[in-house]
Amino acid sequence: MTKASAAEANVVPTPPTALARLARRKMALVGIALIAIAFGGAVFAPWLTPYTPNDQMFDGLTLEGAPMGPSGTFVLGTDLLGRDLLTRILYGARTSLLIGVVANGIALIIGTVFGVTAGYFRGWIGGILMRFTDLMMAFPALLLAITLAAIFQPSLWIVVMVIATVNWVQTARVLYTETTSLAEREFIAAERTLGASNLRILFRHILPHLVPTIIVWGTLGISTTVLLEATLSYLGIGVQPPTPSWGNIIFENQTYFQAAPWLVFFPGGAILILALAFNLVGDALRDVLDPTQRGSE
Amino acid sequence: MAAYLFHRLLQSALILLGVSLITFFLLYALPADPVRQIAGRSATAQTVENIRQQLGLDQPFVVQYWRYLSGLVQGDMGRSYLQKSQVSELIAARLPASLLLMAGAIVFELVLGLTMGVVAALRRGSATDQTLMIASFVGVSAPQFVVGLLLLYVFAVQLGWFPIGGYGTFSHLVLPAATMGILGSGWYSRMMRSSMIEVLRQDYIRTARAKGLARYRVILRHALPNAILPIIAMIGIDVGIFMGGIVVVESVFGWPGIGQLAWQAIQRIDIPIIMGVTLVSACAIVMGNLLADLVTPFIDPRIRLR
Repeated sequence: MTKASAAEANVVPTPPTALARLARRKMALVGIALIAIAFGGAVFAPWLTPYTPNDQMFDGLTLEGAPMGPSGTFVLGTDLLGRDLLTRILYGARTSLLIGVVANGIALIIGTVFGVTAGYFRGWIGGILMRFTDLMMAFPALLLAITLAAIFQPSLWIVVMVIATVNWVQTARVLYTETTSLAEREFIAAERTLGASNLRILFRHILPHLVPTIIVWGTLGISTTVLLEATLSYLGIGVQPPTPSWGNIIFENQTYFQAAPWLVFFPGGAILILALAFNLVGDALRDVLDPTQRGSE
Repeated sequence: MAAYLFHRLLQSALILLGVSLITFFLLYALPADPVRQIAGRSATAQTVENIRQQLGLDQPFVVQYWRYLSGLVQGDMGRSYLQKSQVSELIAARLPASLLLMAGAIVFELVLGLTMGVVAALRRGSATDQTLMIASFVGVSAPQFVVGLLLLYVFAVQLGWFPIGGYGTFSHLVLPAATMGILGSGWYSRMMRSSMIEVLRQDYIRTARAKGLARYRVILRHALPNAILPIIAMIGIDVGIFMGGIVVVESVFGWPGIGQLAWQAIQRIDIPIIMGVTLVSACAIVMGNLLADLVTPFIDPRIRLR
């Protein structure tokens, strides 16, 4: 045995990183692939389709003026106004992903601030914050979102704000529980004895421990956000046409859906697949990152 | 127990008070003007002002809220702006339909979800298990309006098995209840699976097997009842999810429940109805959670209420 290999033999194999463990999960890989496809479609939409999303084409309607089914020219068919459905779905992916990521990001920040502050400081600050969270839990979230979205002049940013307003509660509760148990651990007490400031403890010691949870809930939250945006747009109070969103494509065409079901089921399928993808990845991340919550595999 | 119940009821009342305050404030501060909706486009400024005074909408927020609240504690939810009848009557007329839909959805999601969960747990790790768990993920990822439209298209338009919409007979209930229940069955199947796996691991199951009982008997008589109990407590929490879906599902199927009432009111800024439905929903959610907590110690005596 050479010296080098002896040295190698003594090395304890490092446990596989979270990323490597994630890569071993088939469902997570499927989810990641689907998300990548959605992002690719959104980013490269202009190069993937010869049409533009708002182009009402003459030859996009039948002689009777009805939308056309899937064909060689229009792969997923056309909508009521003679626009190419595939093109609208590709551009719609931009809306869904933008809202999914931004609205969920804001919700995640609100949830983290609420949960961590309440969990760390306890006392009356924590009490007030958590009572407010309890209160938000009692709200029928979708009803609140619909009311808010309908009252304001609908726009993309109103949709983002509405979703962020109703979607932070779950994150806050989970992080609150984790922070309270973290704050009682010895190493936090030790830090405090050494005279570390609250801010230092929060940012250097508490937050890093919460990152896995934040990643998991952030991923799962995107799925909820995508569904919420689609629902609001489907009701006509989300993203406004002609800007395509998967929900408002269905909203615009549903009167015709018995004759042209593809106008509902292609965008509907897109919503389902994107939400499913984020759920699959989020669930796998939870198993990988958070051993205490590991579901029975 | 009595002290706990009193404490929880007080807490629930406070939460509902908070919900009413926040909703009332949001609707008060909203940029859209309900008076314009009532008066119509052609109304003169004088008419608009008169209506505003009649409804007390010219008063400061605190006065308006206090009036609403003092009406509420006497069971008066106010009058609808546009439908000229009491909100409590409108809600009472619509509530049975929504409760029926909820009951149908719960039956559907329990039957489908629990069956899926048990089968998956018994065949843990097999292809069946994986397929069922993927199916449960699809269930929780599917937007309800798409599921509704899909069921409508396949079972009502194409096959003609069920009516396209409406209310009245059992066959009207099937599709909306299924739409509502598919989401829940996704959650229940996952919870049932882990609950069942947990129970099958217990010593008493091994004992039952060891004394020679047949496998199906062990599963049906010993494992299943214990695995199902914790899931039953979840039904209370489910109310919140249900209240969320009600607006969409009722509007897809033309189901005359409080979800449709709310949706019409939201579009016309009929504030008393929006307030009423929000409070009724919040009440249902709070009661559901309370019920779930109260049921738990009966199911698992190791858990005590504090």
